[in-house]
Amino acid sequence: MLHEPASKVGTDKAADKKARLGVIMFIAYTLVYSGFVVIGLTNPELMGLQLISGQNLAIIYGFGLIVLAIVMGFIYNYFCTKMEDKMNKTNL
Amino acid sequence: MIYEVSNLAIIIFLFIVGLVLGLSFYFARKTKSASGYYAAGGNIHWAVNGIAFAGDYLSAASFLGICGMIAYSGYDGFLYSIGYLAGWVVALFLVAEPLKKLGKYTFADALDAKFNSKHIKLAASISTLIVSVFYLIPQMVGAGDLVVPLLGLPHWLGVMIVGSIVIFIVATAGMTSTTYVQFIKGAMLVIFSSLLTVYILRNGLSLTPNENYHKFVQLEASVANDTAITISDPAYVIKTKIIADKLTFVKVEKDGNTGWFKLNHTEGKTILSEMLFITVTADGTKLYNGAPKSDKKFFQVGHLSKIIVDGVEVDKTGPVGPFEFVKTIEKSEIVRFAKKAFTDGQDKVTVWYQNPTSGEDIMKPGLLYKISKATGATFWDRLNFLSLMLALFLGTSALPHILIRYYTVPSQRAARKSTIVAISAIGFFYILTLFMGLGSMINGVLDVESSNMSAPLLAKTFGIGLFSIISAIAFATVLGTVSGLIVASSGAIAHDFIDKYLQVEMTDKGKVKAGKIAAISVGIFAIILGILFKGMNVSFLVGLAFAVAASANLPAILFLLFWKKTTAKGIAWSIIVGIISSIGIILFSPSMYERYGLVPKDAPIPLDNPGIISIPLAVITLIVVSQLTHKDNSAKDLNK
Repeated sequence: MLHEPASKVGTDKAADKKARLGVIMFIAYTLVYSGFVVIGLTNPELMGLQLISGQNLAIIYGFGLIVLAIVMGFIYNYFCTKMEDKMNKTNL
Repeated sequence: MIYEVSNLAIIIFLFIVGLVLGLSFYFARKTKSASGYYAAGGNIHWAVNGIAFAGDYLSAASFLGICGMIAYSGYDGFLYSIGYLAGWVVALFLVAEPLKKLGKYTFADALDAKFNSKHIKLAASISTLIVSVFYLIPQMVGAGDLVVPLLGLPHWLGVMIVGSIVIFIVATAGMTSTTYVQFIKGAMLVIFSSLLTVYILRNGLSLTPNENYHKFVQLEASVANDTAITISDPAYVIKTKIIADKLTFVKVEKDGNTGWFKLNHTEGKTILSEMLFITVTADGTKLYNGAPKSDKKFFQVGHLSKIIVDGVEVDKTGPVGPFEFVKTIEKSEIVRFAKKAFTDGQDKVTVWYQNPTSGEDIMKPGLLYKISKATGATFWDRLNFLSLMLALFLGTSALPHILIRYYTVPSQRAARKSTIVAISAIGFFYILTLFMGLGSMINGVLDVESSNMSAPLLAKTFGIGLFSIISAIAFATVLGTVSGLIVASSGAIAHDFIDKYLQVEMTDKGKVKAGKIAAISVGIFAIILGILFKGMNVSFLVGLAFAVAASANLPAILFLLFWKKTTAKGIAWSIIVGIISSIGIILFSPSMYERYGLVPKDAPIPLDNPGIISIPLAVITLIVVSQLTHKDNSAKDLNK
């Protein structure tokens, strides 16, 4: 009795699919994040390389990681919502 | 530093604190049940919860700590912004929905939902308490730092005020009021940080930060036989010469006033450059630039020494766009202030000398975390960088006060949407930290005694009104974050330990009462720690909390969600090993050795950030113990 959620959560038939999508997106982001760390560790001078309109790699990659997290969040939400609507017609 | 106290600042501060307390009173009347106290009844709208998430997360470490770190160390401070935000990816993609499905009130509930194990209850409640307390200390220290310029009060009184207000908030209303306080604060923080950034960009870059900015004295000198220094101006008399770490510092007297200068050789000339200094005399008297603090001889610093626009050197730029701002700083040269301490007879002297740094170095990693071989980075230096980035990435989704917010929304879908709102608001804010930090670096606002006040002091140059609002929001930031942490801590004690582990019979009302008593106790403990840890770096302690959380909690959460062979004992042992190894490494790290007054190089573990060792250790423990105890799981399945 004590181990029920604070609010009732319906059965989610899309849970497995959403979890799989989450893992894939997590791996994708982790690879991009790792790229940033690896450049920092192996060739930090590269971070000062001028790329687009006078901005260096450190700024573009750093801002890029922040913006990518937000964009991927929206993409994830879009597909999860779609899966839920399709698979849980009577639930949620 | 001595600050002028403004009546407007006090009025705005009282208004915001009054607003927070008013909200608490309002929601206190609605909170009657345990689920209302710990999880706001699970009925908060996802958008409100998302901004409240941002409010929880953007603590003193983010607003005060990161801006301060960028102001002093450039891009290395921004690494924290990147890592803190990236951590939300783990929270969103792996943890948010499954945890919402598992939990009831607390992090321990979620971990224990499958097993109903006493070992997990105990380990998770200890972990929650330890991480929350580590996170509480920098918030309290930050609160103390804030009230000094805001209200002209001493540090300890600031800590007491925050502690008392928060105890009152939490003990009256719990999670509902905490959520709305965080919502208002999170929204205001993002709005006013945006406004501050607009001011920075409109102000542009200038070699003269403001009219009152100190004009540093430069004395021409000559050195004979590599030792005897003579100053060209006969009005100045050299009293002492100190060499510390190959740097030469000279005490100079003029008209009965003394000052410390640093010897520099530039472009074939020998120059003595004026420094800021604090002297602690044998009888304990503290002098700022040779005078008592009240004489206000200790000034704020940070300026550009060269501005290059399109290859041409200019005095100022006028208003600039965000990309032009970053690009111009990268091409220019900024004077940072480096710290060095030494003894002069019986006096303990700390100096801050001018350290002109190219914008190119400021705008890439390496000033704080040595990673380039060219700057002499060792294997351990680079491992330290890797360890920091790992702990920041994995720490977010293991912070108990963040995790409990998933239980305040009505559904998994709402948990997910809340997280996305949070990521957007937090990501936007973290981009602003770069502008606020760099703005502080070049606008002559830095207080060398405390990097934490960089952003609020920058706001002060744009008007007392903006400073008052920003400071009051920062104060509310501390209030809100401390509230969340105390709710999480009280949940760990009253709910996980007393109710679940000790299985003390309590009514629903009794549980709320136990939570409130626990909240008051943790609050008093936090006040004491906040006073004791005065002067300690805010980010250092937050980094520690992240590392402990990532080591103790995250392997347990992820394996529980994604590995079917995970056992209760595996989770419990992983948490314990994660806590002990991460705290153990930190206690024997070079940074802590320096704090103990020992030689940092003597530290047995040459690593400040423990994640790279403690996280894999916790993972290995979980796998090995789970394999050894997998029969427990089978027995449990048979009993069902």
